[in-house]
Amino acid sequence: MGLTAREIEKAGIPTLCMSSAWDITFSVRPPRAAFINFPLNHQTGKVNDPELQRRILHDAFQAFERLWAAGQMISLPYVWDPNDSTWEATDFGPDFEPFGVGKSAQDDFAERTLGRSKA
Amino acid sequence: MPIAYIPRTRERYRDYPAYRWVVNHDAPWTPLTKPIRQCRVALISSGGFYAKGQPSFVDNDPSYRLVPMQTRREDLLIYHHGYRDNDADHDPNCVFPMERLLEMAAAGEIGSPAEAAVSFLMSYSPNRDIERAGRIAQELRRMQVDAALCVPV
Repeated sequence: MGLTAREIEKAGIPTLCMSSAWDITFSVRPPRAAFINFPLNHQTGKVNDPELQRRILHDAFQAFERLWAAGQMISLPYVWDPNDSTWEATDFGPDFEPFGVGKSAQDDFAERTLGRSKA
Repeated sequence: MPIAYIPRTRERYRDYPAYRWVVNHDAPWTPLTKPIRQCRVALISSGGFYAKGQPSFVDNDPSYRLVPMQTRREDLLIYHHGYRDNDADHDPNCVFPMERLLEMAAAGEIGSPAEAAVSFLMSYSPNRDIERAGRIAQELRRMQVDAALCVPV
């Protein structure tokens, strides 16, 4: 996404990237980034928690207005679970199976829980 | 503590050719010329979202979809297989916050939503992503977008 944001910015439209992968965003360096230390795929909040989602977006838009130099990344002060950080040890680690990886080419790969996702 | 995803990815996919992450030491910059509450804001997502009736994606797809902002949640589909998506399946707003942006526009926190969100899949080719980004920028200009909120997956 960082590469896409850089091109949009070059075309004259300001961008802000949400990020939950600090090292990737630091490397690709989009114009503005807001980091949130949540598991991937939750860059704008937890599931079925509209209040948290709104707060995160509110903060992201504040960052959009306040970041003043190209390539800056601000960390948003949210914690996934104050009592348990074990997800950090396993997320995307060797035994972590994001649903569908490596299976999408199989004929019997089924539609998912709500039928919303398909690979 | 942030996870180091680059080494984890390298480890996970060690049987494949190593993905070469782009390393940039500077970034382009376009100033935001007015407050967000006066901006037309577009949502850009690499989550492979599309609306019922639109074509699905394929692996390494260079295309994008314009997902009308009024698309109902039950008419939203996801094509992606590189991340855990059960949560997005139940509530897309955790990574594709269309409903929250509409609420924020109604509350005056952002000026207005662009008529459509833009969604695509990250490819394994930086050049292809860059080429597609140019086409996306044209769509954003056409929709008179003032600010783009980019949410990866």
